[in-house]
Amino acid sequence: MSTLSRSDVANLARLARIDMTDEELDHLATEMDVILTAVARVQEVATADIKPTSHPIPINNVTRPDVVRPSLSPDEALSGAPAQEEGRFRVPQILGEEA
Amino acid sequence: MSLTYDDVIAKYEPVLGLEVHVELNTASKMFCACSTIFGGEPNTQTCPVCLGMPGALPVVNEKAIESSILIGLALNCSITPFSRFSRKNYFYPDMPKNFQISQYDEPICVNGYLDVEIDTDEGVKKFRVEIERVHMEEDTGKSLHVGGATGRIHGADYSLLDYNRAGIPLVEIVTKIVPGTGRYAPEVAKAYVAALRDILQSLGVSDVRMEQGSLRCDANVSLRLIGAEKLGTRSETKNVNSLRSIERAVRGEMIRHAELLNKGERVVQETRHFQEDTGLTRSGRSKEQAEDYRYFPEPDLVPVAPDAAWIEKLRASLPEHPSIRRKRLQDAWGVPDKEMAAMLNADALDLVEATVNLGADPTRARGWWLGEISRIANEKFCAISELSITPTDVAQIVALVAEGELTDKLARQVVEGVIAGEGSPQKVIDARGLKVVSDESALMAAIERAIAEQPETAEKIRNGHIPAAGALIGAVMKETKGQADAARVRELLLGHLGQPTS
Repeated sequence: MSTLSRSDVANLARLARIDMTDEELDHLATEMDVILTAVARVQEVATADIKPTSHPIPINNVTRPDVVRPSLSPDEALSGAPAQEEGRFRVPQILGEEA
Repeated sequence: MSLTYDDVIAKYEPVLGLEVHVELNTASKMFCACSTIFGGEPNTQTCPVCLGMPGALPVVNEKAIESSILIGLALNCSITPFSRFSRKNYFYPDMPKNFQISQYDEPICVNGYLDVEIDTDEGVKKFRVEIERVHMEEDTGKSLHVGGATGRIHGADYSLLDYNRAGIPLVEIVTKIVPGTGRYAPEVAKAYVAALRDILQSLGVSDVRMEQGSLRCDANVSLRLIGAEKLGTRSETKNVNSLRSIERAVRGEMIRHAELLNKGERVVQETRHFQEDTGLTRSGRSKEQAEDYRYFPEPDLVPVAPDAAWIEKLRASLPEHPSIRRKRLQDAWGVPDKEMAAMLNADALDLVEATVNLGADPTRARGWWLGEISRIANEKFCAISELSITPTDVAQIVALVAEGELTDKLARQVVEGVIAGEGSPQKVIDARGLKVVSDESALMAAIERAIAEQPETAEKIRNGHIPAAGALIGAVMKETKGQADAARVRELLLGHLGQPTS
């Protein structure tokens, strides 16, 4: 049984930097609880002989040799950036004065 | 009123915890094939993977895993048969993905230790620092804060990001809590990082340049009343970029905590930034609100399950432990402790060893590397290993001096020439015409001239006042432009003036 409270949803929204109205929080708390409860049913069939898995395909050790390949040009790298300056990505203020 | 260090340790017991981040020296990044070279133009070493473009998939660098296992083995850790990567989620523009790929509950190495020794008034003391874990992750990009006060993030108008460093393989080595160091806590912290640096260097897995940030230390410090069980609240000091700073930071935090506790205040659990200039720490972000990184297994990477045979092969390839090697060389070369310390400080051990292996006398080899060569390196503000002179050059110079082809004075000019890029010692000797004047008739002629110019001095010597010979020897050396063997000049001069020559 899942119990996702309204404050849990508010906290998740804060961590994900999503601004939500009170109505949205009410609505989502209920909706997400239903989703989690549905997914939680998987646990009913996960018996002791089934190993937890993070990957659908049972393979290990996919690696590549330590060899350098050409990178993007700085122009290509920056081409999708909303703002740039001196060959760097320009981002808005990270911390406010009070931080 | 501020407390002295003695006041602090009379009442409190410090407990340490050290986290060291090491940038591996692989050629390519952790999860993509971009170059890891230091100092490139901004954003010239990026690709869709390290820029976090949608759909780009990471693939693990095999060498980075090998290096991590080597580090774990050298620190007496168990290598876990199965480990995974996790996503550490946070919002900060130094990682364009909005998460860092790291390892969380299943690190690659666990439960090791490193023994460190420190010199104290009561003799050498040994401390065992237990290692909790060694895990793999990726480095972040570099931010440049524009506007506001002096490039700090606080009050900046905006920031500029260079992602060349984002994705460089990083290994984090975390100790368990280290109690029981008492008054020696600052020295133990420093000795631990120094010993770790030596091991990493001997493994060849990192450049371990603290000033370039390829080795970074975060020092956790807390105090508890002596005899108390419960740990005090800790602070975590970041930005500690030299061995000396680690010692200063730990000492400074111990005093700061004790002052707060004595006043009945509490220590705030927070990140603090070390200030090189004052040796004090400044409050960074508070950890009152527990961080929530929402770690979860990285779905784009499969688990790492190193083969037992591979681990054993790596174990067999481990180099001699640096402290054992040091002891061995010190005994073999008969180096006094103080000079040994100077050699380690100057990072000269490898160079001296290589020079000795080429046949040079250990004392002579050490003398050149720590003397003239170190002096020139100091002038140029660089490490002796960065100069263009090699152990082969030095071994040749030592041999030429031993054979009497060069005087020490001429040899110094050869060293200078080699460092100035004039070529091999022989080339410098030929080009500069540096040759010992061994033609005795030429020397005798110069001696005669010196005597003729300073007849009074010569008379004093004839009358048995040997110390006066210095002035005449100096004149001869000057005339032969330093290319004569001063000892031979002395012999000839004294003999000529009827004095005993030894």
